[in-house]
Amino acid sequence: MTDERAPLIAVLDYGIGNLHSAQKALEKGGADARLTRDTGLIADAAGVVLPGVGAFGACMDALRSAGLEEPACDAVASGRPFLGICVGMQMLFTASHENPAVAGLDVIPGIVTWIPPGPKIPQMQWNRLDIMMPDDPMLKGLGDDAWLYFVHSLHGVPNDPSVVAATIEYGTTLNAAFRLDNVFAAQFHPEKSSRPGLAILANFVQNCTGARESR
Amino acid sequence: MKTARVIPCLDVTAGRVVKGTNFVDLRDAGDPVELAARYDLEGADELVFLDITASSDNRQTTVEMVRSVAEQVYIPFTVGGGIRTLEDARTMLQAGADKVSVNTAAVERPQLISEISAVFGNQCVVCAVDAKRRTDNLEDGWEVYLHGGRTPTGIDVVEWATRAVESGAGELLLTSMDRDGTREGFDIELTQTIANAVNVPVIASGGVGTLNHLADGVQRGGADAVLAASIFHFGEFTVAEAKTVMADAGIAVRPA
Repeated sequence: MTDERAPLIAVLDYGIGNLHSAQKALEKGGADARLTRDTGLIADAAGVVLPGVGAFGACMDALRSAGLEEPACDAVASGRPFLGICVGMQMLFTASHENPAVAGLDVIPGIVTWIPPGPKIPQMQWNRLDIMMPDDPMLKGLGDDAWLYFVHSLHGVPNDPSVVAATIEYGTTLNAAFRLDNVFAAQFHPEKSSRPGLAILANFVQNCTGARESR
Repeated sequence: MKTARVIPCLDVTAGRVVKGTNFVDLRDAGDPVELAARYDLEGADELVFLDITASSDNRQTTVEMVRSVAEQVYIPFTVGGGIRTLEDARTMLQAGADKVSVNTAAVERPQLISEISAVFGNQCVVCAVDAKRRTDNLEDGWEVYLHGGRTPTGIDVVEWATRAVESGAGELLLTSMDRDGTREGFDIELTQTIANAVNVPVIASGGVGTLNHLADGVQRGGADAVLAASIFHFGEFTVAEAKTVMADAGIAVRPA
């Protein structure tokens, strides 16, 4: 049964790995979350989530094969809340050193680069966010509890450093989250980050509700 | 910052947790979802479910268990036991496991590791290594054992660990069969040897009897994560207490 007031959130399903946790966590946050590649549904959704796991090139190829590159870019351009997670975040950049020949979506101008040598790579652990944008609607209410789960070997370096919403320390300072207009992009996995992660996803659902009511 | 992970391990068969747990206020100590939620609340960083099911009839219930856990508990978890083919791994990962752990089948056919990592990425392949010290000459190091420590392979543990990582294992779950069940603490020398030999995270396992053993595994053994079963299941210690002891020892951990 769908709640009339629950905002429809499209989680782009282009055949990479498991998306149940993301879908269920968004539902827990009050959304009517659907795993979909239906362009009509994506166009109607109050918000759109771009997940991603594995390699940058493989994810971009799969997104394009599923015919979802244009719907994803349209969703960004529409001004509706848009969330990129992990490799989904990285795909929003211009390109990645992981697969230099493959173009990204170029929503956040910049390059995804390898984590500098030092600590073990991938970073596979929880880390605490240093929040640059405490007033961002996605990060509100986190306080000192901003421990999130990371699994990654590269991180995004935007041309404009002012879009960095949060960083972490891992050998050096790495960028962990970005805000550009309606787009929020997270290197961490909110759907695997217990209470703080669920709070971020609930914030996203709230943003979608607000965006829908103001239309 | 670099933080050490604390990972409770749960044995399951036919979708039920079998090693009895002693949480006083649990409605159903065999319910993996309820237990996972409890460990999440206590601050567990990840969970490992070890499927000890012998018959293939019961494996479907394990898949359903994985799906329930993924839909209701929001921390990463690994499923191990009986992962023999790429299809086995695919089934568990698509049901919602974040990682699969391979053991016997990977020793018998190391390509299994590269097959899974090529499709799903190194980050979701854990290679479980059961190690036993060679007794004839201590200088000879450790030997890989299969089937829960019953079957010797003649393979050197350092050699296998290195090869598993080269094949695409993103993490090693290293169990000392000499220490498993003894409550004498991790085999520190083994842990240190493997942690130095590979560049992926090493989870130390086997022998934990006190919370100081967990701190030793990280500080003296160089482990990136520590795994324990009985000390948590039987209500002796909580994960939160484990983290307090580790933090007091000077180890960075995510607070419970």
